[in-house]
Formats: sequence, structure tokens, C-alpha cells
Amino acid sequence: MSTQASRTAARLMISPAVILLLGWMIVPLAMTLWFSMQRYNLLMPGMGGFTGFDNYSYFLTDPAFFDAIKNTLVLVLGVLAITTVGGLLLALLLDQPFWGQGIVRVLVIAPFFVMPTVSALVWKNMFMNPVNGVFAHLAKSIGLQPYDFLAQSPLASIVLIVAWQWLPFATLILLTALQSLDSEQLEAAEMDGAGPISRFFYVMLPHLARAITVVILIQTIFLLSTFAEILVTTNGGPGTASTTLTYLVYVQSLLQFDVGSGAAGGIVAVVLANIVAIFLMRMIGKNLEN
Amino acid sequence: MGEIVLKGVTKRFGDVEVIPPIDLAIHDGEFVVFVGPSGCGKSTLLRLIAGLEDVSGGKIEIDGKDATETAPSDRGLAMVFQSYALYPHMSVKKNIAFPLKMAKLPPAEIEAKVQAAAKVLNLSAYLDRKPGQLSGGQRQRVAIGRAIVRSPEAFLFDEPLSNLDAALRVNMRLEISELHHTLKTTMIYVTHDQVEAMTMADKIVVLQAGRIEQVGSPLELYRTPRNRFVAGFIGSPKMNFIEGAEAAKHGAHAIGIRPEHIRISTTEGMWKGTVGVSEHLGSDTFLHVTTEHGLLNVRAGGEVDLHHGDSVFLSPDMAQLHRFDKEGGALK
Repeated sequence: MSTQASRTAARLMISPAVILLLGWMIVPLAMTLWFSMQRYNLLMPGMGGFTGFDNYSYFLTDPAFFDAIKNTLVLVLGVLAITTVGGLLLALLLDQPFWGQGIVRVLVIAPFFVMPTVSALVWKNMFMNPVNGVFAHLAKSIGLQPYDFLAQSPLASIVLIVAWQWLPFATLILLTALQSLDSEQLEAAEMDGAGPISRFFYVMLPHLARAITVVILIQTIFLLSTFAEILVTTNGGPGTASTTLTYLVYVQSLLQFDVGSGAAGGIVAVVLANIVAIFLMRMIGKNLEN
Repeated sequence: MGEIVLKGVTKRFGDVEVIPPIDLAIHDGEFVVFVGPSGCGKSTLLRLIAGLEDVSGGKIEIDGKDATETAPSDRGLAMVFQSYALYPHMSVKKNIAFPLKMAKLPPAEIEAKVQAAAKVLNLSAYLDRKPGQLSGGQRQRVAIGRAIVRSPEAFLFDEPLSNLDAALRVNMRLEISELHHTLKTTMIYVTHDQVEAMTMADKIVVLQAGRIEQVGSPLELYRTPRNRFVAGFIGSPKMNFIEGAEAAKHGAHAIGIRPEHIRISTTEGMWKGTVGVSEHLGSDTFLHVTTEHGLLNVRAGGEVDLHHGDSVFLSPDMAQLHRFDKEGGALK
């Protein structure tokens, strides 16, 4: 790949893929931008026209908007906290030699293969349901009032469901990172007088820093777009108690039939997600270097 | 003080006995080298002493106290690993200070000790670097620095020079020997390289398949090997062995003669042979001579002018002849 000719050939070869991907991204983005500046309500055909930034001001002043921002933050941070800490502990546990290790490791990954809608429905109907759910039965068996998870603490319940799905991902990445740690380093630390807790904080955790960064970055990107779990469990309610930004965009454009406002919300979400991404890259992305 | 005594120490992995019962006494201030071919259990033995492996039987005493069940960090030993095992995210300074930090020493004292160790090892200029930015020899010195700050009873070295290039290895060998003279602490050193063993040790322990074949000073092992294995393992190039009728003449199953104890002549001698490959090193010449008793290695002076195919006569120095019985034991 050094001669002028081979470089030109290489550019020619990759250009179809690059152009296709660019088009795939640019066209919807441009259309969304265009719709976001149109008066475009499916219930009022023929009333269209350019409205400038009106859709944005409606979306940003909607009382649901700030709830959605807050809920998105709680969802992302809550799931991140549960999965990184839980994943770390599970990885430490699975790293220990025990009988049936291979099977247990496969089982741990299993939740990741379940579709979000399916797992959310299983949680909703079989675990959290106040009449038939397992938790309700447990509560009744010790004489307590069953707790209606999705009605009384909808956001926390969704955090729990999403965290359950993402825990295997974090566990798997952290486990492989843990296994790549040179055992002589741990033995050296043991000789140096470091107990199990010191060994974890001084040797293991720094070794895992890069893997933890990867987990946080990838999960943040996917968690910002969480949708299916909300749709099949709470529908964003009660009220706006579990409406995230993604869900609000859906509500605007497909439940209130206001495509223009929905598109404006989409653009706002894109801008916010990019701010978060830049922020993350600056803050922890340097862990990925060297 | 750093006296280590092994009494019937045994190690089994499942049904496999890697170390049959071993008795060994290491005196205070000695430089002891465990040497043997790879897989002979020398590293396992070192790890048993360090406490990184549990013994399956027997007792380990350090300074007269039973340390068999003591945790590695409480044995007062420091270890230098083959891979150096430095903490990659910590600076050189923090690496060296780590054992002191774990011992909860006051920061001022830690700083003083780290500076002193860095000075001894010529690391003062590198204290703020990360291990990744150091050369192999410097990493090795950091690993040694991390060991000496604790002022241990004894140092354990697990093939510390095997990752270095040849020139650096000779250098570090001298530095470690020098360190031993300065500190006068017991050192146990594991290697598969008999040259390292011969040059550094006060006492060599030759191991094969977990068994101790012989214990003694380098020259003792060189002059009076107890059996054929030790005779062949110690000394470079290796000792020549001749079996059969020639050995029977000396009343032995096999006789051994070192390359440096054979005189070579173009006119007369005991064994006639033809020169094969000759290796001219300047100071010495190593000749591979094919004789009726097989291929013999001969060391000659640097000026010897013999070439491939020349006919020569070899005469062993009878006083330096080693005789072995059928089981490989040396005959007196």
C-alpha cells in the first residue's frame, strides 16, 4: 500500500462503501432537518409550510421535555452504575475456579440474546405484575402487600429491566480483561504485602480501566436510544414518569401525529447525544490511548 | 538473618509428584543457585519457598521458625519475577514504593528509602517514568529495587535474566553479584543457564526431575561431580563421555573427559581422529573431532591451525578422567 497507483486504487475500491454509508446517513438527517422546519401534522393535511424554528420552540418549551431529559439521564446513569459495578463483581466471581465454570459462563451471557421486547414483557408479566408476578407471590407469601412496580416506580423498574439486559455485556468484557492480567503481577503484589482488597484496587482495577471505559462508551451510545422496553411496559407513563427523549420523539410524531415537532425533537436528541459523546471522549477516552 | 531450611519438602499436583521429599539448608548470606534443565522443578521449589504454592508435605523453616503455613508477605522474602511483574500503570517511584506503602510506612520514610534504592540501582533519573518507557535492563533494576526497599531476609530470583539480550545479561549478572556483596543478604537464584550458576553462586543446587542431584560450590561440582548428569550439565562445552571397551580399560561403564583436558597433536597420541567443525573464538578454538570412540569436543588454544578433514591425535589428561558406573554414579 505504498505506491501512488495502489493508493488511488484503494480509494476507488472503498469509495462505494463510503459513499453508500454517507448517503445512508446524510439523506435521513437532511430530511429530518427539513421536516423539523415544516408545519407538518398528519391530522391537518394541506396546512403545511415553512415555519422556521417554531417546532423547536414548541418542543423545547413542552413541559414533558425537561422530564424526558431528566428521565434519560436517570436511565443511562442508573443502568451504567448497576452494570459496571455488578459486571465487575460478577467477573471477579466467574474468574474464580469452580465446578461447571464453562456452563455458568454461557448461562451468564444468555440475557444478552433475548430480544428487548421479549425480556421486557417477561419482566412485566411474569415478575412485576402485581397480581400474577413472582414478586407479588413472594410478597404475599410473607404477608406483605404486593408492590405494583411499573405503576409506583416506573423508571426504576425500567432501569432494572435494561440493566438486566446489559449486565452480561459488561460482565463478559470485564471478565476477558481480567483474564488477561498477568498472574505474576498479582503474585508480586501478594509478596509485597498487599491483601485481597489492596490487590483489587492497586493492580486489578487499573488494569481494567480500559475495559471499563469501553463498557461505558458503548453502553451510553445504546442506552440513549432505549425504546422497546418503555413501549411494551409503561408507554412512558404514568404521565411522563418514564418518558425519555427517544420516547418523547415517538409520542410527538406518531401519537400526536406532529411530524414536524417530532423531527425537531429528533434533531435536539442528536445534538444532545453528540454533546454527551464529545464529553465522554474528552473525559475518559484518553484511557483508550497508549 | 536469612537462614532457610527445607525438611522433606514435597509438592504434588494431583497424582503427579513434581518434587519428591527434599532436604536442603541455605545459610545466612549465601548466594544459592538452583540450576537444572527446564521442567526440573526449580521454579516450583522457589515458589514453595516464597509461599506462592502450598507444600504437599514437609516443613520450611526461615530463621529457625516454622514458616510452612505463613503467608508469602509475612515470610520476609522478596521475589524478582521472570517477567519483572512491574505494575504498568504506576511510575517507577510508585512501583518501588508499593511494598512500603502496603506496610503503611510514613511518606517521608518511604521517600527516603525509594531514593536510596534508586541511587544504588542507578534509577534516580527514571523515577517518574512508567515501566513501559524503560528498557529491559532498567525494568529488571526496578524489579530489584522493589525487592530491596523492604530489606528482606532473603531475595528470590526466578530466571531474572532470561528476557535480556546476551550483552545485558553479562552486565546484570555482575550487578546482581555486586549487590550481593554490598547487601550480604541471602539470595536464591533460579536459572537453567549453568554459566550463570558457575559465575554467581556460592553454592549450586543441581536439580533433575525434582530431585537434588548434587549440592556444592561451583568448583566442587566441576571437579568432583557426583554422577554423570551433573558432570554433563556443569561445564561448557559439555564433558565428553566414552562407553564400551575404552571405558572398561579404566574399570568403568563410562568415562568422562572435559574438552579442556584433552591434548591435541598432529603427530602422536592415544586416540586417532579427524577434525570436523572447528569454532575459532580468538582466545580458544573448539574442535569437533570424530574418533573411533565417537564425536569428541576438544578445547585448544587460539592459535591452533587445524582445518576440516585434518588428521589429529588426542590424549586425555589421565588425572582429570572421570569414571562412572552403570547407574551413572561417579566411581572414586
